[in-house]
Amino acid sequence: MSIGLLSLIVLGLAALGFVLGRQRALASAGGDARKLHSLPNYYGWMVALFTATPALLVMGVWLLAQPVLVDRSVQAMIGPGDVPQGSSLGLVMADVRRIAAGLDVLVAGGMGEDALENMRADLSDIRGRLGNVGVAVGDTVSPNVLEAAKTYRSATATGNLAMSAVVLALAVAGLLFAAFRITPELRARNIAERFVIVLLMASSTVAILTTLGIVMSLVFESWHFFQLYPAKDFFFSLTWNPQFRGGSSLGVWPLIWGTMYVSLVALIVAVPLGILSAIYLSEYASPRIRSLAKPALEILAGIPSIVYGLFALVTVGPLLRDYFAGPLGLGESSSSVMTAGLVMGIMLIPYVSSLSDDIINAVPQAMRDGSYGLGATPSETVKQVVLPAALPGIVGAILLAASRAIGETMIVVMGAGAAAKLSLNPFEAMTTVTVKIVSQLTGDTEFASPETLVAFALGLTLFVFTLGLNILALYIVRKYREQYE
Amino acid sequence: MTDLSHTAPRARVSLFDADPRTRARNAAERRFRLYGMAAVSLGLIALVFLLVSILGNGLSSFRQTVIELPVTLDAAVLDKSGNRNPDEMKKVTTVGYGKLLDAALEATLAEKGIDTSALTAKQIAGLMSDEAPRYLRDKVLADPSLVGQTITVEAMASGRVDGFLKGRVTMESARLDSNISPEQLEVVQAMRDAGVLELSFNSRFFTNADASELRPEAAGLGVAMLGSLYMMVVVLVLSLPIGVATSIYLEELAPKNRWTDIIEVNISNLAAVPAIVYGILALALFINFLGLPQSAPIVGGLVLTLMTLPTIIIATRAALKAVPPSIRDAALGVGASKMQTIFHHVLPLAMPGILTGTILGLARALGESAPLLLIGMVAFVKDYPSAPPQGFFDPASALPVQVYQWTQRADPAFVERASGAIIVLLAFLITMNAVAIILRRRFERRW
Repeated sequence: MSIGLLSLIVLGLAALGFVLGRQRALASAGGDARKLHSLPNYYGWMVALFTATPALLVMGVWLLAQPVLVDRSVQAMIGPGDVPQGSSLGLVMADVRRIAAGLDVLVAGGMGEDALENMRADLSDIRGRLGNVGVAVGDTVSPNVLEAAKTYRSATATGNLAMSAVVLALAVAGLLFAAFRITPELRARNIAERFVIVLLMASSTVAILTTLGIVMSLVFESWHFFQLYPAKDFFFSLTWNPQFRGGSSLGVWPLIWGTMYVSLVALIVAVPLGILSAIYLSEYASPRIRSLAKPALEILAGIPSIVYGLFALVTVGPLLRDYFAGPLGLGESSSSVMTAGLVMGIMLIPYVSSLSDDIINAVPQAMRDGSYGLGATPSETVKQVVLPAALPGIVGAILLAASRAIGETMIVVMGAGAAAKLSLNPFEAMTTVTVKIVSQLTGDTEFASPETLVAFALGLTLFVFTLGLNILALYIVRKYREQYE
Repeated sequence: MTDLSHTAPRARVSLFDADPRTRARNAAERRFRLYGMAAVSLGLIALVFLLVSILGNGLSSFRQTVIELPVTLDAAVLDKSGNRNPDEMKKVTTVGYGKLLDAALEATLAEKGIDTSALTAKQIAGLMSDEAPRYLRDKVLADPSLVGQTITVEAMASGRVDGFLKGRVTMESARLDSNISPEQLEVVQAMRDAGVLELSFNSRFFTNADASELRPEAAGLGVAMLGSLYMMVVVLVLSLPIGVATSIYLEELAPKNRWTDIIEVNISNLAAVPAIVYGILALALFINFLGLPQSAPIVGGLVLTLMTLPTIIIATRAALKAVPPSIRDAALGVGASKMQTIFHHVLPLAMPGILTGTILGLARALGESAPLLLIGMVAFVKDYPSAPPQGFFDPASALPVQVYQWTQRADPAFVERASGAIIVLLAFLITMNAVAIILRRRFERRW
């Protein structure tokens, strides 16, 4: 039974439960709703919730757990001899899954289950027959793999059947349990509302679970990495040179240097522009200009980073190479720290300016008036009164922008280059932590070699850095914020 | 007597004449003001420059060079048995159709009096895209009665010919190019003058799947747009209920204690986690641990849901907060329960704000690409995913990832395609934002 059909049946049962619960409640009160504790609909809701929730919950958990368990049991059937040279267990398992799907197609195409049971890999041409029904299998199929595929198929089928049975049984049991409890005195509204509160509470834990998932996946895979590759070399080596044949040196410093350099250039662009824009818009601009320029600047924050990446790759990179780096003899590469940094700086302007704008606006007008009263010009007021008062907030905004810059991916992937080196020349291509995460993890996803697993250690580094910056920003804003009025 | 009386009397100057110090201060004032203006204008200039550069590169991708040819669909070649049965006609491959097109092209050139003596037959055929015969074949198989007739076909020109009409390929670049020669371009010029060849609206850009490295002219956004749509459906279906439920709990029901504090700090931190880290999470959790398929919209939708949740929760809480307490008090006062108050009164009043926040969250998710790179969405996908629900598990691409993929290819024609795709993406984003703004303007209530 397909999952869609099963959920539809469960929902149908819930609807039935609603009607049934309502009717039973009314019947138990002799048709007089005033004798009931709650409104009749609440009895219906109670039955519906008891019917659907446990059943759907079990279905979800089952769907997540079944593939893992089936994989485990099938993997045991494949011996080391079945894994061809240069391949891996994961790839063979993918084959098993594909063959199992192909067998399904064969059966659907009119082949009997008995014939399938008798099919032997050494006697019949499995590959050809699967190819005929549109399932391409790379190698010839070895007997063990075919047996594994058969087991996989039957285990999955059994699992699905068991799941349907359990889910339906739960739904019916919930329905009956709730329906038979109905009496006029039953506090159906309280029960239904308690139920809803529990559901709301459960969904608020999704945020916690996400964080937990991020931390766990990063820490576990990094742990694997550090078992294969010494942590000392990762944190203290100055060369980054992954070799997929082994013997790589995976020092993180060139990447951190590239990240810091690009972010520094970006902040040098974004911070003065952002703060000056914020000052101009909040202190000088007429309401008309402000109402036009502020949303226009904020468009910059709404543009996806892939657009900036393309801008860096197609326009800014060649421009910088042809008019600055080339004539000055600083480099011939269109992707460079400068390219990525400049474009990222443009992206960060609104992050700095809108936050600073809010903070500058929060400085009370009385302080400005006091300053004007002493004869200060508007610019002196801004420099000597408003900015010092708003400083903690502005520092917080800059730190948040820095954390964005460090975590930004698409601009550096398309604009900064891929060569990991420690250099001071901003017109040279350098690489960052995020670029290397992408390049180590795209394509080949075999989680056994340090060259792939290093991406998780890099991710952990990145996560810790950005989290640290965010917490620091919040701390500064909270601790040094001046409370007026 | 003090020293004071001995100080020299100050020079009598008019208050209207500024002294040097005042002048300096006023100049500093003007300079500062100018810096501010310059900063704002620099930001705006950068925005305009960005948009102009993308539009300039990409607008041409909405037009495509086609060659108009009268093609005689010879029954002896296409349908030997004469039954007009599509199943039998499927045996004729694109090679057969290609030969018909080549012959038609040569006949047209001869008829228009264009000198092709400098070109080999292969070079003449090379003016047309390798995909052109496939379109003709699809057309004939869809309508077998065409066989035997002479129809006008708009055959797609090859990528280099297209580039010549758009100014990307020139005589100089053709000299260095093994795919096209200056002689071919001269013939193209003559064809253009004769009206055989023209730029027309490129509807295939919106319907075709991605094409191989050598056929940029046939590459389209169909699969990417459908993949993005599937992901947005997943994001909407999951993140709206979960986000609203979380917000209601935190804003209306939760006691102020350690646990809710932890949840709140968590949500604000999740909003600041770099996108790429979500990609790592998806790779480790959904693909490796749970065994969901790579490049499937369901995985992309799940990871984008996790990324969108904080945005939706923050917007929803703001909307709930904006509903004045007097509404709640009134409902509670006439005997409604806490739940009835929330679901019958507060939530409907907060709905416009919630929807606005959700649309903005979806717009963010639509443009996100970094996490999708890690879950295998960069794979080359040639086939449309099937209809839902199976389609959620089929390989698909997504708009921003398609852009990234095209920029990684050598042929400059793909840069034009990538910019065109960006324009499509931006058009979607502008529409979504406009809808959000209209919703806000139309339904927002000030209390």
